[in-house]
Amino acid sequence: MEQFRVIEVRESILADNNADAERLRRELKEQGTFLLNLMSSPGAGKTTLLKGTIAALGGELRMGVMEADIDSDVDAAAIAATGVRAIQLHTGGMCHLDADMTRQGLTAFGTEDLDLVVLENVGNLVCPAEFDTGAVKNAVILSVPEGHDKPLKYPLMFEVADVLLINKIDVLPYFDFDLDKLTEYAHMRRPGLEIFPLSAKTGEGMDAWTDWLRRQTAAWRQS
Amino acid sequence: MHELGLVNYVVKQVTRIAEENRVSRICSVTLEFGEVSGIVPSYLNDYWNWYTKKFPLFDGAKLVCETIPAVTWCDGCKRTYPTVRYGKTCPYCGGGETWLQQGNEMNIKQIEVE
Repeated sequence: MEQFRVIEVRESILADNNADAERLRRELKEQGTFLLNLMSSPGAGKTTLLKGTIAALGGELRMGVMEADIDSDVDAAAIAATGVRAIQLHTGGMCHLDADMTRQGLTAFGTEDLDLVVLENVGNLVCPAEFDTGAVKNAVILSVPEGHDKPLKYPLMFEVADVLLINKIDVLPYFDFDLDKLTEYAHMRRPGLEIFPLSAKTGEGMDAWTDWLRRQTAAWRQS
Repeated sequence: MHELGLVNYVVKQVTRIAEENRVSRICSVTLEFGEVSGIVPSYLNDYWNWYTKKFPLFDGAKLVCETIPAVTWCDGCKRTYPTVRYGKTCPYCGGGETWLQQGNEMNIKQIEVE
């Protein structure tokens, strides 16, 4: 007769990933490297924002970019063209990055001499929000054409955001995008969330965003 | 795609637990998901059947999914209500100062082993 035994587990499926992410953050702290996890839907302007950010910082911070996609290396090529260190990670069909994949990327990349590493996550407003990558802060981009109702539809993404960038404000006149409503909805998900309206294309509003990055990077290295 | 990632975590975590408990075969794994965790159990089953074939420890192992109801707490009137039916707005007082109390869980509840 078969003998069955039951082991009570009651453990979050994400427990191992969360522990891994905490370990990674501690290591980054010792190294003095600020890791930013940049998330948005496809086409919200992650790569364009990064190119604008690199130009605005003008070499002031030693910076690197890790691009995560299911396939292709067009994003890493675009970043490498700016002269900043870039690496492309392929998630092998997976819709998000987790702490282990992030660690593998950082190791291959070599981050000891960098002040700031940006992880450009897979374009998706659902799955990346579930998985702690080990980043110090999460930045979310929402672009004007996507509409101001997104915090209502994708609650978790806006709950885990530490900063929200509203991109493509140069096209505001052509869309029914209500910035006040967006702020109200976003603050329902995360009270006090910092919001920066900007256009990565025209450069409008980029100063407030790059100031935030400078402040966060400095605070992480000092505290 | 999301579910594939979770199956991968479950297999890793259960493998670790099996090693700690000197288990030779997993008969079944019971997971519990909150109603608003965004997980589709039928997708999980497909990925489970495909992925676990690669691991002898999981030969024939069944996946069981249980649901935890989503419950929201209202700060305004200090009551709880079912999240899926009423969403963010409290059905008793119409207030919006409401917080998810449970329903976001993704847990490994138990495993049956030989």
